[in-house]
Amino acid sequence: MEDTGLKLGKYEFNSRLFVGTGKYQTFDIMKDALEASGAEVITVAVRRANIGGKPGESLLDYIDKDKYTILPNTAGCYSADEAVRTALLAREMGISDLIKLEVLGDENTLLPDPVGTLQATETLVKEGFTVLVYTSDDPIIAKRLQDAGATSVMPAGAPIGSGQGILNPNNIRIILETLSVPIIVDAGVGTASDVTVAMELGCEGVLLNTGIAQAKDPVKMARAMKLACESGRLAYLSGRIPKKLYANASSPLKDF
Amino acid sequence: MQINVNGEKKECPTGSSVSKLLESLDIDKRYVAVELNHKIVPRIQFSEKMLQENDSLEIVTFVGGG
Repeated sequence: MEDTGLKLGKYEFNSRLFVGTGKYQTFDIMKDALEASGAEVITVAVRRANIGGKPGESLLDYIDKDKYTILPNTAGCYSADEAVRTALLAREMGISDLIKLEVLGDENTLLPDPVGTLQATETLVKEGFTVLVYTSDDPIIAKRLQDAGATSVMPAGAPIGSGQGILNPNNIRIILETLSVPIIVDAGVGTASDVTVAMELGCEGVLLNTGIAQAKDPVKMARAMKLACESGRLAYLSGRIPKKLYANASSPLKDF
Repeated sequence: MQINVNGEKKECPTGSSVSKLLESLDIDKRYVAVELNHKIVPRIQFSEKMLQENDSLEIVTFVGGG
């Protein structure tokens, strides 16, 4: 079965791995890791510019804007209003109308506030954004976000930065069965096999940051994540064998 | 005159535009978005938008994030 690109509204990507730009020790390591990941979409955050003292280096100096599509996020927003404001500012930067919407509910869990997330989705869709929305793995709210016009719904595999992998594959499967928009697992990925699991389930992509940025060797891990994503996608497209309780010999059982 | 930039009080010459302010703060105009009194200033208006006493500005940029 031939694979197609990943379509997100008017955008289309060959790589199904989306990676973040946070928590790297240096911009140089980040640059190499982005390259090794093969990602075409990279996430960034919106924050106050440094106005005191020397201007530091800009993240954007290390990102080839012809090569990568920049996906700004609304990380750190705890209300729909804040998230909408952040999205509008991000769009004003003139780079894209894509937004990774996060409306968080609580600082310890960084779980989304479902009500605020839904409200912000509705507003941003009306404003003409291509909304990729971070949510929990609850299939009901996922469906509501799709109905509100989200281009992609992005359930967390596990809490942000926790590296616990896909904690509830059943919920992800229900989301995949219930929704028709592309599902991208966002958050919780710790290592390559987590990416593979998500892709084998049939997710259209995986978005991760900490799993690469905080690995001992981020560049090597980025490559591992790339291969894992491709591998999981291929396995999904190939159609795995069903799981059986009893053995089924691979060699002929007949006598010589 | 006094204005407020990213929560800090700053002095700036009367009749400064948003563009002038960004230059005086050594901020790369390509990489920022600006809110003036809670309203976004479109990039193309940076050089014509004049600042007034007690204006409040938010200047944001992209940083690393996931």
